[in-house]
Amino acid sequence: MSTIQKNKLSLTGNQAAAEAMRQIDPDVVAAYPITPQTEIVMAFSQFHADGKVNTEMIRVESEHSAMSACIGSASAGARTMTATSSQGLALMHEMVFIAASLRLPIVMPVVNRALSGPINIHCDHSDTMAERDSGWIQIFAENPQEVYDHMFLAMKLAEHPDVQLPVMVNQDGFITSHGVEIVDVLEDKAVKDFVGEYKPKTPLLDLKHPVTMGALDLYDYYFEHKRQQAEAVKRAFGLFDKVAGDVSKLTGRKYPMVETYQFDDADYVIVTMSSAAGTTKFVIDSLRAQGTKVGLLKIRLFRPFPYKIISGLLKGKKGVAVLDRSASFGAFSPVYTEIMNSCYYLDARPNIYPVVFGLGGRDLTPKLIESVYTGLIGNKFKTDQIEYLGVRE
Amino acid sequence: MAAKLKGWKEIPEAGTIVEPGNARNYKTGGWRSDRPVWNKETCIHCFFCWIWCPDMAVQVDQANKKMTGINLEYCKGCGVCAEVCPKKCFTMKNEKELTNE
Ligand code: SF4
Ligand code: SF4
Repeated sequence: MSTIQKNKLSLTGNQAAAEAMRQIDPDVVAAYPITPQTEIVMAFSQFHADGKVNTEMIRVESEHSAMSACIGSASAGARTMTATSSQGLALMHEMVFIAASLRLPIVMPVVNRALSGPINIHCDHSDTMAERDSGWIQIFAENPQEVYDHMFLAMKLAEHPDVQLPVMVNQDGFITSHGVEIVDVLEDKAVKDFVGEYKPKTPLLDLKHPVTMGALDLYDYYFEHKRQQAEAVKRAFGLFDKVAGDVSKLTGRKYPMVETYQFDDADYVIVTMSSAAGTTKFVIDSLRAQGTKVGLLKIRLFRPFPYKIISGLLKGKKGVAVLDRSASFGAFSPVYTEIMNSCYYLDARPNIYPVVFGLGGRDLTPKLIESVYTGLIGNKFKTDQIEYLGVRE
Repeated sequence: MAAKLKGWKEIPEAGTIVEPGNARNYKTGGWRSDRPVWNKETCIHCFFCWIWCPDMAVQVDQANKKMTGINLEYCKGCGVCAEVCPKKCFTMKNEKELTNE
């Protein structure tokens, strides 16, 4: 980690996540290394070994155990974090649902990587998308700076007394996780003051108020508890902008649920998430220089999904291409599906085209993005047919 | 017998049980298809049934050290008492037949 100037560090996305974890200094971290997340656990273990955190570090034998240990520690009332990728997240799957259902505010950086098979270590969003109905809040970062900032946003939102839900802080495997960028890092004390002390509602270790968590819940009450969970996610949605605003006060950067670039006068728009947004902005700049009215809509918050904001923005656009970095076989991809859900009741509904790209780390080149804009402008896509961008015929 | 079920706004979040010992409020008697019918005359008050009953449905008079009967609000008819009683004091009778009788 080399210092360029005070508070500006050159960090990979992974190091940015680990740095944020060091500053948050959680009570417990239980994690298992997996490519491309490994560096987060490695860097944090080093902080731990060097005595830079007060965290209890639990080295587990699998991701299923990692999330189980996190559930135990969060239930006890401890501020808890972990990190994972791909197969690791898949192995956690059953515990991921339990963490959300038990309303445990665990924060987990997820370094997005394709799910097997065939086995692959590079980026796509199939891992996190397989958890989209788990009840976790899902935030997506474009670059290491956003990874870093999202961590505090996530911690604060997760632990808000009206929320009490776990959050995944997603970043693109290798592209973001191993790409070095300059990250503006806050003072330790500023972070410490911002996250404050965590006050769990019903901790198991509060011996004066004994509770039971995770008891059997059958057809007479399970449904009511699920209804409460839906409401908690709704409250998280309502609080997101407030918490993001508080982070903004600290960093001077903004974190809207949905970000736009060269958007207002754009006729043709790409909707996407994560690092793809960065490349798209670069392409927009060159196309705009040639007088083409193209723009970008980047989704930061995927769960809960900001339907109304998006429909308001896409209203009246001529053509919209939704670039998904995951596939749903026999169906449309997750982001496209939500964009369609957002726009169904619009009077001036744009043509919306499903595009799948980047599976297994296939590079999304500026040329490919340009081909999407020219395809939109030339009316070359079909609304009911998935375009597989960059696949060889 | 069934308690009035509460709405989602009235209950603790996540199914967490915040009040110790509230299993008492959960009447399991409605689950029963067979009822243990106790023969008082043969009972030797050994308390085997009391210690084995998984629902604490066997009632005892602690002062006089006597078994006094079964609380049918909680007895779910598992038949464990009938199985463990050394004097075969319990006959498991079908609830439907008992209603018909
Ligand atoms: S086990 Fe049988 S004998 Fe013993 S207390 Fe119960 S009913 Fe009476
Ligand atoms: S039948 Fe089962 S629940 Fe009922 S009193 Fe006997 S042991 Fe208890």
